[in-house]
Amino acid sequence: MTDNNNIIVYCEYEDGKVADVSLELLTKGRVLADKLGVKLEALVIGDKLDKIENSLYPYGVDVVYKVEDKRLYPYTSNPHSAILINLFREIKPQICLMGATCIGRDLGPRVSSCLHSGLTADCTALEIGDHTDPKTGKEYKDLLYQIRPAFGGNIVATIVNPECRPQMATVREGVMKKEIKDSAYKGVAVKLDAKKYVKPEDFVVEIIDRHIEKSKVNIKNSPIIIAGGYGVGSKEGFDMLFELANTLGGEVGASRAAVDAGFVEHDRQIGQTGVTVRPKLYIACGISGQIQHIAGMQESSIIISINNDPNAPINTIADYVITGNVEDIVPKLIKYYKKNSK
Amino acid sequence: MSLNIIVLAKQVPDTRNVGKDAMKADGTINRAALPAIFNPEDLNALEQALRLKDANPGSTITLLTMGLPRASEIIREAMYRGADTGIVLTDRVLGGADTLATSYSLAQAVKKFGKYDIILGGRQAIDGDTAQVGPQIAEKLGLPQVTYAEEILDLKDGKVTVKRRLENGVETVVAPLPCVVTVNGSAAECRPRNAQRVQKYKYAVSPSEKEKLSDEMKAIIDARPYLNLQEWSAAYVNADPEQIGLPGSPTKVKAIENVVFTAKESLTLDNNDEAIELLVKELIANHTIG
Repeated sequence: MTDNNNIIVYCEYEDGKVADVSLELLTKGRVLADKLGVKLEALVIGDKLDKIENSLYPYGVDVVYKVEDKRLYPYTSNPHSAILINLFREIKPQICLMGATCIGRDLGPRVSSCLHSGLTADCTALEIGDHTDPKTGKEYKDLLYQIRPAFGGNIVATIVNPECRPQMATVREGVMKKEIKDSAYKGVAVKLDAKKYVKPEDFVVEIIDRHIEKSKVNIKNSPIIIAGGYGVGSKEGFDMLFELANTLGGEVGASRAAVDAGFVEHDRQIGQTGVTVRPKLYIACGISGQIQHIAGMQESSIIISINNDPNAPINTIADYVITGNVEDIVPKLIKYYKKNSK
Repeated sequence: MSLNIIVLAKQVPDTRNVGKDAMKADGTINRAALPAIFNPEDLNALEQALRLKDANPGSTITLLTMGLPRASEIIREAMYRGADTGIVLTDRVLGGADTLATSYSLAQAVKKFGKYDIILGGRQAIDGDTAQVGPQIAEKLGLPQVTYAEEILDLKDGKVTVKRRLENGVETVVAPLPCVVTVNGSAAECRPRNAQRVQKYKYAVSPSEKEKLSDEMKAIIDARPYLNLQEWSAAYVNADPEQIGLPGSPTKVKAIENVVFTAKESLTLDNNDEAIELLVKELIANHTIG
């Protein structure tokens, strides 16, 4: 039933649904699997998984492994790690992908440590390619290139795991695109017996309270984003950006500097350590344009930069640059939109 | 109950403030141009440790760091804020380690350390942002882990209760001791230096730093055990040479590139009402807004 050397995606499961980031990784996983000529597999662990496989097949998934047990939801580190470790010893995947979420970043390192497999966090691109060891000259075919920013986003490194399997990588939500391959695609579901993979003593950490709320902020899917930087100056300064966002029907985003300064909440952060966005219109207000910010918004269709500094780095990737104070220009945008939008 | 607390910390280049001179022409990093700082989230972890110590008088906090010999700087910084002592795990053969080899080395040091109740550390370091070392150390030591901790709510009867901050909510968990807890940047900020402690510990030195001092200073430090920090080598912590440094790292860096963004041809608008109204009209006309 099972064979080796495939690509497996750990799928996060909440509220009866597989998380977007996992679907994005399945989409990417399918592309990589085609390149390698192997199967794409998905692993879902939780409770009440019902017919979850049907929602995964359309992404080109060949095998869905399901591990069901009421103790496996919500996620805790040791039991989920134990399943991955024991399953991977059995099915020997060559690549394992997971979301760079609170779960993936808790689970991935634990599994990679036990399997001594090597793990690259927060990849922004994944490709297949060859590698020659610079010292030994040994050649490796078809490795996973794990491409990620390093050093606060100032450089981009390509990482490979020549010897160890699986090659493991995490990717943040929104970095890859989610796309159905074929709505009629059919794979097989394999139910695994939880007791075979998890020991009772793995349930060491007990969740005594849990408040999960859907994020009220949905900047990832907003067609218009008004983003503020440290240059906005204060929490109050952001009020104006919210007003512009409301007027235009958009959302407010922020740079890391603005979030760190406490001007807005963390789920509005755009960039490598926040969300990656691709809106129709991106208005950057008082954002200088650190590399890690630009990496998370450069694919926006139209970029307007409003900044005091005519030499702000973000201006080089902007379509329109207005040099001036945010607090002077934003009200004018609101005013002239109201006047002309009728 | 007095606790034996280990705080894992890292001295990191301040990647948040990378100036123009920090990048060399060939796209590599001029590390010398970046100030070395106490990794921010490790300070959040230290604060949680200090609160445990406040609540449990007689507890000891030992800072454990792996890095260059100069990493003793962050041990002193931690002592100024309330930590008791520290260990620098430093050795040429540990260099070039990825997160797995780093975790193995630190786990070996923890084993050498012996008895402890809890290990705290920052969620991640700003030079790599991987958040891997905490969970990997937990795995290597066979301990439970609690990541993304925002506050230690309670510690008693061999159990710790921790509030975790997740991307879409909060969770409160109870874990048995000993365990590894990694602390989020959203946790309480670390208390500042205490002036009396600065006076007391400013001459705390590692063996390699003591070497360079005058005989007179050496004698003063020798007479005060609390001024003697420790420096451990890979051999001292019984590290397997195959599992440390570059050879012990399953991940290899294939290539490093400077980040270059494709510049667009920007239109610079005059900052006046006419130009702004014209822009708004254009965006409405091409259905970008409205």
